[in-house]
Amino acid sequence: MPKKIKKSYIVSFIAVVLGFLLLCLLFDTGLLGKKSAYFNGLLVVGMFYTIIVCSLNLLTGYMGEFSLGHAGFMSIGAYASAIVTTLIANQAELPGVVLYIIAILVGGIAAGIIGVLVGIPALRLSGDYLCIVTVAVAEIVRVVLSNFGIPAVTGTATFGKSFAGIQKVSDYHYVYITMVLCIVVMYCYIRSRYGRALISIREDRIAATASGINVTRTKVLTFTISAFFAGVAGAIYAHYITTLVPTYFNFSKSSEFLAIVILGGSGSLTGSIVAAPILSALPQLISYVVPSFASYRMLIYAVILVVVMIFKPTGLFGGKEFSLYGLLEKISGRKKDKKEG
Amino acid sequence: MAKLIQSLANGLNLGSIYALTALGYTMVYGIIRMINFAHGDFIMVGGFTLFYLIPIMLKLGLPAWFAVFVAIIVCVFVGVMTEQIAYKPVRGQGSTTALITALGMSLVLENGALVLFGSAPRNVPPMFSLSEVKLGSITIPGTTVLTLVIGIVVMVLLTLFIKYTKLGKAMRAVPEDKIASTLVGINVNRIITITFAIGSGLAAVASMMYTTSYVSIKNELGITLGLKAFVAAVLGGIGSVPGAMIGGLLLGIIEILVKVYMLPGTYEAVTYLLLILVLLIKPTGLMGKKVSEKV
Repeated sequence: MPKKIKKSYIVSFIAVVLGFLLLCLLFDTGLLGKKSAYFNGLLVVGMFYTIIVCSLNLLTGYMGEFSLGHAGFMSIGAYASAIVTTLIANQAELPGVVLYIIAILVGGIAAGIIGVLVGIPALRLSGDYLCIVTVAVAEIVRVVLSNFGIPAVTGTATFGKSFAGIQKVSDYHYVYITMVLCIVVMYCYIRSRYGRALISIREDRIAATASGINVTRTKVLTFTISAFFAGVAGAIYAHYITTLVPTYFNFSKSSEFLAIVILGGSGSLTGSIVAAPILSALPQLISYVVPSFASYRMLIYAVILVVVMIFKPTGLFGGKEFSLYGLLEKISGRKKDKKEG
Repeated sequence: MAKLIQSLANGLNLGSIYALTALGYTMVYGIIRMINFAHGDFIMVGGFTLFYLIPIMLKLGLPAWFAVFVAIIVCVFVGVMTEQIAYKPVRGQGSTTALITALGMSLVLENGALVLFGSAPRNVPPMFSLSEVKLGSITIPGTTVLTLVIGIVVMVLLTLFIKYTKLGKAMRAVPEDKIASTLVGINVNRIITITFAIGSGLAAVASMMYTTSYVSIKNELGITLGLKAFVAAVLGGIGSVPGAMIGGLLLGIIEILVKVYMLPGTYEAVTYLLLILVLLIKPTGLMGKKVSEKV
């Protein structure tokens, strides 16, 4: 039903624009007053979490493989983009938008290149073994970053220390647009010929091979795309937080991303879009209201994860996509046939 | 030469810690095909048990190493509870769910420890006061020798147990064929629980060895140690008990040698690089059996 799909796209587009206007209203008019900066921070964090969680969902939900090393790709994107923008900012004055675009492109491409290099050999493996290789890659990246300084940028080598003084260009307007673009690209990828090939590999690898699908190429392509977006998220993070510490990108971070994917629903991009901002902000918000909660937050998070796994292992959305258009139709009572997606 | 032998002794010491931990991973993986991420945290639990119990033991007038037996009981309890509460309900729901549950349990234990004990590193009081062993110009700390001996004894006992006892035979039978072992009267659930109990008990012994050599413990101890031990298990061929021992000892020696002779800061990177190479060249590990793909 092309007409229906077209309508659904228009509805989604309007919703995205409305969301943007709502954010502008909340933050640019100073409606939140003093707390504005705090919520602004939560928002940016929620948005880059959304990008990285969606990118991980490409692997987990649609390829059926795990990566417990996405923090590694994120750190590559963060460091690569930070080095480039710091170099540029030392040479010439550029407007923030330009620096931001350069940053996310550099971050994404750098992580994507590493993704290809890791993916080509590693994707011969699958399941637990692949998962462990991604952990190993992320750990190698972390150890290398902690041990080798970045002399060209800061003038002096920074061994295992923080990389400070990054340009703060991750404004939430840009980040919002980036997030929407990333999600659209990922959504289109899944709906494309390659995406369908990918899903067929997940369902039955041997049957997919027999139908003429190049399994290795499709897998490497997906892995690279996933790494690219992880790099984009890293670039956003770097230019928001302005100080990078290698230990931030550790195993716990990777497992946090994977946990969000699973809780939102593996194989559901909308699940990730809903879960990522909530789960990244919720602990912060609760500890904002109840300060003593801070030390309990990760414990509760972990307990929820286990409980969800026991009682609803498919996660919140369980592989289904949420459609705004479908919801509207339901509300207006016109919906009769099967829900789209 | 003296430096080399000393490094080798240190490597074997670290290696036997890895080996004991890797045994826990490999036994569990062999039986239910699940990476038990929480296994590293059992060591952390054992470490904290020792930290709190050693002063009590001394107050009661008992030797400090009595605390190890309590630590074993605590670890076995935590391990079996983890299996019963979290892993048993998700068994048969696919590897995805199992993996995430294990990851979740690891986070639960780690952050539970954070809430209970705080994030500051603690120093475990020494359990043994042994004099150094001198061989010519080489001096090796007594504790190193002791942990090595304990490690070897435990591994030999475990090998004998798995090879010759009825329970050990059942433990080998279940991974081979679950349905067939049920048919010959093996209680698969009980064997899985026993495997967890043994693995956690070994984790307690590993925590004793770790604390005598490295003293300082904190709530995040389990992650790094667990990951390394898992690397060791994969290196030796996951699911294989002798493989875990060899992989652990090998990894310990390699790490210490790299640390002493090559790049002190990057020895961890070398460990993981080694893992990637092993997985790419021989994914089943050094002692692993080849599994052919079924169509």
